[in-house]
Amino acid sequence: MLRYLQRKLHDCKAHTLLLIFLLFSAFSLQAAPDGKALFGANCASCHNPIKDATGPALKGVSGRVPSKDWLYKWVKNSASVVNSGDKYATELYNKWNKTAMTAFPSLTNEEIDAIIKYVEDYKVPGGDPKSPTPEGKSAPSGSNTLLYAILSIILLIAVVVLTQVNKVLGRTRDEKIGVKSPKDVAFFRNKVVIALAAAIGLIGIGIWLSGGSEFGRQKNYMPEQPIFYSHKVHAGINQINCQYCHSGAEKSRHAMIPSVNVCMNCHKQINEYTGAETHPLVNLEGETINGTEEIKKLYDYAGWDPATKSYKRDTKTGEIITKPVEWVKIHNLPDHVYFNHSLHVVSGKLACQRCHGGVQEMDEVYQFADLSMGWCVNCHRETKVQFADNDYYSIYKKYHEEIKEGKRTDVKVSEIGGLECQKCHY
Amino acid sequence: MSKKQYWKGLEELNPSVQFQESVANEFREELPFEDISSIATAPTSRRDFLKYLGFTTAAATLAASCEMPVRKAIPYAIKPENVTPGVPLMFASTYVDGGETVPVLVRTREGRPIKIEGNTDSTLTQGATTARVQGSVLGLYDAARLKFPMIDGKEARWESVDKMVTDALATMNGGNVFLVTSSINSPSSLNAVSIFLQKYPGAKHVQYDAMSYSGMLDANLSSFGKRAIPAYRFDTAKVIVSIGADFLGTWISPEIYAKQYSKGRKVSAKNPVMSKHYQIEGMMSLTGGSADERYTCKPSQFGAVASGILNALNGGSANVSPTINKAITKIAADLNANKGAALVVCGSNDANVQILVNAINNAIGAYGTTISMAVNNNTKQGNDHDLNGFAEALKAGQASAVFFYDCNPAYDSRHAKTIADNLAKAKLSVSFNDRLDETTEKCKIAAPSHHWLESWGDAESHTGYLSLIQPTIAPLFKTRAWEESLLKWSGNNTSHYDFVKALWIARLGSQEAYDKALQKGIIEPETMPMAGATFAGNVADATSKIAAAKAGMEVVIYEKIGIGRGASWSNNPWLQEMPDPISKCTWDNYVIMSPNKARELKAEHTDLNEVEREKFVFTLKANGTSIDLPVLVLPGVHDDVVAVAVGYGRSKGVGRAADATDANNGTGKNVYPLLGADASGNTSYSTSVEVSNTGKKYPLAITQTHYNYHSDRPIVHEFTLKEFSSNPMELFNERKHHLEHFTHSWEGGAHGGHDEHKAGGEHEAHAPSGTPGATKTEEDWQEAYRVNGTLYPNHEALGLKWGMSIDVNACTGCGACTIACQAENNISVVGKKQVMLVHDMHWIRIDRYFSGDPKNPDSIQTLFQPMLCQHCDNAPCENVCPVNATNHSSEGINQMAYNRCIGTRYCANNCPYKVRRFNWRDWNEADCFADNKYEDGRRDDMNNDITRMVLNPDVTVRSRGVMEKCSFCVQRLQGAKATAKKEGRVLRDGEASTACMTACPTDAIVFGNVNDTESGIYKLRYEEQKERVFHVLEDIHTLPNINYLSKIRNADEVMSQPKEHHAEAAHAEEKHS
Repeated sequence: MLRYLQRKLHDCKAHTLLLIFLLFSAFSLQAAPDGKALFGANCASCHNPIKDATGPALKGVSGRVPSKDWLYKWVKNSASVVNSGDKYATELYNKWNKTAMTAFPSLTNEEIDAIIKYVEDYKVPGGDPKSPTPEGKSAPSGSNTLLYAILSIILLIAVVVLTQVNKVLGRTRDEKIGVKSPKDVAFFRNKVVIALAAAIGLIGIGIWLSGGSEFGRQKNYMPEQPIFYSHKVHAGINQINCQYCHSGAEKSRHAMIPSVNVCMNCHKQINEYTGAETHPLVNLEGETINGTEEIKKLYDYAGWDPATKSYKRDTKTGEIITKPVEWVKIHNLPDHVYFNHSLHVVSGKLACQRCHGGVQEMDEVYQFADLSMGWCVNCHRETKVQFADNDYYSIYKKYHEEIKEGKRTDVKVSEIGGLECQKCHY
Repeated sequence: MSKKQYWKGLEELNPSVQFQESVANEFREELPFEDISSIATAPTSRRDFLKYLGFTTAAATLAASCEMPVRKAIPYAIKPENVTPGVPLMFASTYVDGGETVPVLVRTREGRPIKIEGNTDSTLTQGATTARVQGSVLGLYDAARLKFPMIDGKEARWESVDKMVTDALATMNGGNVFLVTSSINSPSSLNAVSIFLQKYPGAKHVQYDAMSYSGMLDANLSSFGKRAIPAYRFDTAKVIVSIGADFLGTWISPEIYAKQYSKGRKVSAKNPVMSKHYQIEGMMSLTGGSADERYTCKPSQFGAVASGILNALNGGSANVSPTINKAITKIAADLNANKGAALVVCGSNDANVQILVNAINNAIGAYGTTISMAVNNNTKQGNDHDLNGFAEALKAGQASAVFFYDCNPAYDSRHAKTIADNLAKAKLSVSFNDRLDETTEKCKIAAPSHHWLESWGDAESHTGYLSLIQPTIAPLFKTRAWEESLLKWSGNNTSHYDFVKALWIARLGSQEAYDKALQKGIIEPETMPMAGATFAGNVADATSKIAAAKAGMEVVIYEKIGIGRGASWSNNPWLQEMPDPISKCTWDNYVIMSPNKARELKAEHTDLNEVEREKFVFTLKANGTSIDLPVLVLPGVHDDVVAVAVGYGRSKGVGRAADATDANNGTGKNVYPLLGADASGNTSYSTSVEVSNTGKKYPLAITQTHYNYHSDRPIVHEFTLKEFSSNPMELFNERKHHLEHFTHSWEGGAHGGHDEHKAGGEHEAHAPSGTPGATKTEEDWQEAYRVNGTLYPNHEALGLKWGMSIDVNACTGCGACTIACQAENNISVVGKKQVMLVHDMHWIRIDRYFSGDPKNPDSIQTLFQPMLCQHCDNAPCENVCPVNATNHSSEGINQMAYNRCIGTRYCANNCPYKVRRFNWRDWNEADCFADNKYEDGRRDDMNNDITRMVLNPDVTVRSRGVMEKCSFCVQRLQGAKATAKKEGRVLRDGEASTACMTACPTDAIVFGNVNDTESGIYKLRYEEQKERVFHVLEDIHTLPNINYLSKIRNADEVMSQPKEHHAEAAHAEEKHS
C-alpha cells in the first residue's frame, strides 16, 4: 500500500518533469540553423570553443584560417584539403599529431556559418553572471506520506470517538426527555457500514490488482552508478548527440552502453570538470560530487595514466590494461520481450526522449516510462507509421488507395500488425 | 487417382488395440495426480485446498512487493570495431570432419557462433548442409572436450609437452614414427605434415577412414592408374543405379550428391521429365527411400549384381535371383538407352566389385559425362593396407612413436583391440583428438587441437575447389592447432595462422587477395572440368575373384545420418535425439530386421506391434565376436540381412551423452568389432552372422508412433511419372471434386442477391465478392472454398502473407532441417526416457510413410513428408485456447505467446497435424524456480555455462508448462523486415528465410511472401506447380499456409493396396460404435 502511494507520488514528479521537458524542447524548436545545437551534435565531441581538446579551440577560427571557402572545404572534407597540398592544412594536420578531422559533407555553408557564429560569440558560462540558471532542476522531494497517514488515522479515530460520544449523549438526552429512541441496529447490519465496507473492500482489491500488475516494473528507478556520470553535463549542457555514445540505437536492437574507449575519445583531453560553479553535481542524497574525481574513476577503468598521457599496457602482450564499467541497468525488459531500438529510431523516427524522458536534464538517469506492455501497446495504437516516405510500406496497397481516395489520412502502427503477439514475443 | 495405403509402421498397417489407443490419445501417460476416485477421501480436503490457495496467493502478493534484483549492464572495455551487440556477423568458413568438407557461413552473435548455413556461392554444395554440419556448432561447446594438454592423464603445460615430444623424437633417431589421421585434404595441413615427415625420415603418414573407401580407391588405381575418387555428377544423369551406395545419406559427399540428385527430381507439368533411380541394397537406406525402383539382395551378392549388369549390357544374362535378374534386364536396357547420361555407383569396399562397376560406367559412357576424371574427390583417401601395416608394426613393437589426429583407431577400426592393447609398446604416443576418447585415453600425451570453428585452415575437397577456414571465436580452451604442434616439433616455430597465411599469400599473390578469398570462403573454377579416362581394369580377373554369395544371414554395418562414424558426434545430444530417417529411433543402435525374419525368430511382439517399447534383445555372432542388441523390425529389408549402426557404445571420456559404460543407462553398443576384411585386406562392412534371441528385452525410444493422425482422404498424394505426364490435372480435379461442397455460402438464402448463383446447382462456386457473372475459373473455387467454407471470418493479409511449399518429391528425409530448426529455435533435448513418453520437442518432424507389402521387401516404397505447424488460416488450435495465447497474425502466422500460455494443452489436442509440443519439464533451467530442472544424465551437459552459449539470443528459452511449435522462424522474418524497413525499400524475395529452408540440401522447401506475385513461392504455387499442389487434411478446412507438392515416382506403378475396403470398414466401425 505504502509502496503504491510512493509510486503514485513519483508519478506526479515524473509528470512535472515531462511538462518541463516539453517546455524545454519547445524552446529549442527554431527554423534557422541553431549553431549551438549543431556544434553540440557534430563538433563538441572533439572541440571546445575556448580550449584545445582532441582538436583545437575554435574561438577565433574565422580569423585564423586562409578564407571562408577554405573553412567550408575543410569542414566538409579535411582529408582532401590536406591531400591537395595546402600549406596551412598540412601544418595544421601535422601539429595535431596527424589526426584527420571527421568529414561532415552533409553540413551546409549556412550551418557552418551558424556554428562559427556560435563559437565566436561563445562566452565562458561562469564569467557571465546574467546567464540563466538551468531549468527543471528538481530538488529531491522529501516524502510526507507517513505524516499525512498518521494525521489521517488520528483524525479518523477522532471522528469515530466523537460520533460515538455524540450518539451516547443523544441517547441519554432522549432518555431524559422521554423520547423513545429507535432500536439500535448492530453495526454489521447497518446498511451504511455494509456499503462503506464493500466500497473500501472493492477499492482495496482494485489497488491490490493494479499493484499486482505492476509487479516487476521499475518506473522512476534511479540506482546509484559506479561513476557519477551526468547525462545533463554531456547531452544537455555540452549537447553531445545521444547516438555518439549509444551508437547501437540506429543499428541494433540494443542502444548499447559505450565502452570506455568511446569515453576516452574526449576524456583524453578533458580531465577535469570545470562546470562546478554553474552546474554543481549533486546526488540524490544531496551530497556534492566532485566531477574531476569521477573522471579519474574513468581513467582507472580505461587504464589511462593522465600524468604520462598514455595507456598502461601489459608488459607481455602489449594490451591495454582495462576493465569494463559495471553499470547498473535501469531499463529492464523481461527476457521474453524483443525490443529493437533501431526500428524505432530509424524507421519510426522517434526521438529518444519519447521513451527515456528528458535525459539531457538528468544528472542521474531514472526510468521515465513504466515500460509496461500497456504503455507499449498504447503508443502502437496512437502512433502513425511513416507511411508515405518509406517504400517498405508500398505493399499495403489497400491503405495507399484509401489515402488517395481520402478515406483515411494516416495509418497507425496497430493497423499494420503492431499489436500482434509475435511482433515482440518470440 | 490411384488409391493406396500409406503406413508409418507395421502397427499402422495391422492396427492393434494398443496402437489405436495410442493414436487416439496423444498424451498417453497418466497425469501425475492421485487417483481421481480417491479425491473424496484424500487427506487434502476441498477446504484445505482453498486455504492453501488463499495462502499462496497472499504469499505471492508479498513476494511481488519485494525489491527487484539489481541487474548489471556491462559494456565491452574496448569494443571490437566490427561487433555491434545485437547484430549477427556472418563468417565464411569450412566445416571439416574426417575428410568431409562443406563450405559454410557461420552466424555469430557477440563473438560466439550460434548457427551454420551452407555457403551458396559454392558451385559444389550450392549451400547444401547435412544434419551433422548443422549440429557441429553444438560440438564446439561440448563439455567433454579436452580443456588443456595432458601428460599421463594429468594437466600439463604446452611447454612441457613440447619438450617431452621433441626429446623423445630426438632419441629415436629415425625410428618408426607413425602419423595416423583420417583423410586430410587441407593443403596447409599436408604441408605441415610433409615438414614433419622431412624432419623425421622414418616417419610415415597413414590415412584411413572409419567407413573405408579403400577398395574403391584400389579399383580406381588398377582401372585408371590413379588412386582417387572421381567427381560424380548426379545432376546430369538420367538413369542412376546404386548398388548398396547410400549416396544421399552417408556415401562420400552426400550433401553434394543430394543437391545434384534433386535437380533431376524437380518435375512439373510443363516439364514432366525426371531421372530414374534404381537402388539395389540389403538393408533399407535413406537413398533406398527415395528410389523409384528398389530391389533387395544380400551384400555378398553385390558382385554378382555388378557382373550381371555388365553382362546384360552386352546382351548377356544375370544369375542372382529371379527378381534381381528381371530387374537387371530392365536396368541394362535403361542404361543402354541413356548412354552418356547414366551413372552406376556402388557402396562395396571390395576392389573387385568396384572394378566391375568401373567397367559398367565405362560401357555406358559415364566417364567424361556423369563422372569427371579431371577432378578428384579428396574427401576420402584412406588406405586400409596402410592401417593394417600400422597395426602389425604396433603389435610387433616396431612403432616407436605414434601420433593420432581426427581418428580413433582404438575404437573405429578393424584393429581396435590390437591397437588399444599394444599402444603402450610405443615409446611415445600422442593424440590430437578433441576428447579423451578410446585412443586418446591410451596415449601418453593428449595435445588437443582446435574445433574447426576456432581454427584457421583450408580444404581442397575436390581438385581445384578450395575453401578456407577462419576462426569465428577465440579458442575456448587451452588447445593448439595440430599443425602448429607438428611444426613446433619439427623445429619450426611459425604460428599456425602465419603458416596458413604465408601459404595463401604465396598462392594468391597478396594479403588483399587472401582477405578477399577469406571473405568469400571459396576459390572455385566456374564450371567443373569434365574429362574421361581409358579404362584399363582387368574385368575377367575381378570377376573370378569375386567370392560366391554366402549362405545364411548377413549383417550390414552402416553409418547413421546423425552419428556417422562416432567421433565427437556420439556426444552430440541434438544428433542423438534426431530420429533416424528410416527407423525413427533415437538414442540407441539396434539390429534392423525384416518382418518375415522377425516372425520366424520370434522377435516380434503380438502381431508385429511396434507400440511396445521393450524390444527383444538378440545376439549377433560374427568374426569371433558377439554383441547383444535389441531388434527393430523394419520393412524393406532383405529377409536374410540384419543391419547395425556404428558410432555407439562409447567410453566414458567421449562424454555423458555417448557414454555406454553405465549398463542401465548406456547409449548403444559398439559394433566395430564385427568388421572383417576381404582377401586383399580391405575392411568389409558386411559379413556372415549368426543371430539368436536372448529372450531379454530392452526399451527403444522410437518416435514412429508419435503424433499419428488420420483422415479419410490420403495425407500424401503420389503418382507415377506416366500418370502425371498424361494427366497432370488429376490431383487438381480430384481436390476440386472433394472440396466443392465447401464452396457455397454457409449463410444460405441470407444473401438474396446470390440466388442467381444458387440456381446453378448446389456445387456452384461463389466468387467471394459475389460478382454476377463470375466465371468458374480455378482461382474462383479455391477462393470460394476459402471464404465460404467456414463460419469464422476470413483473415485478410494486407501487406505480407507468408507461405511455404514442400516438395515431397525432392525431400530425401535427411533430417538437416530438423537439426537446423533445433539450432535456430533453441529447441530442447529431452533425453531417451522422455522421448519414450512422447515428450520429444522437435518442431519439424519428418513423417516417413511406407507403402507396399511388408512381406515382400522389394515392393516397399517410401516417402518422406516433413510435418511442421501448418500455420492454418482457420486454425483449430486458436479457437480453443482459453487465454488467447495462440492466435493469428496479419501475416498469416499462427503465433504463440509463450508468456501467455497457461499450459492447458487444449491446442495440442485440437491440432489435427499433431505439431504442437509441450514443455513437460524444465529442460533448460529457464524457469524462475530453483531446482526445478529436469535431470537425465545423458542430456544434462546441455545446461552447463559453456553449452548454453549455443542458444540463439533472439529466441526465448521456454520454461515448463508452456506449449511451443514452429514459428516460421519469426525472428528471422522480423530481422529481414527490419533491415528492409530501415533501408526504406520493399522486402525482396528470398531475404526472409526459415532455418529449414536454408538447411535443405535438395531445395525441397520454398518459403516467401505469397502476396508478392513475383516471389518464388507465388510462382510455384499458382503457376509452375499448381497441378501438384495439395494441402494436408484439406477437407477439414483448416486453410494451411503450407502446401505440399505431390510425389511423382518414376516407376511402373506406385505400390499400394486398394484403400476402398479399408475406408468402408472404418466407416462401418464408426457407425457401430
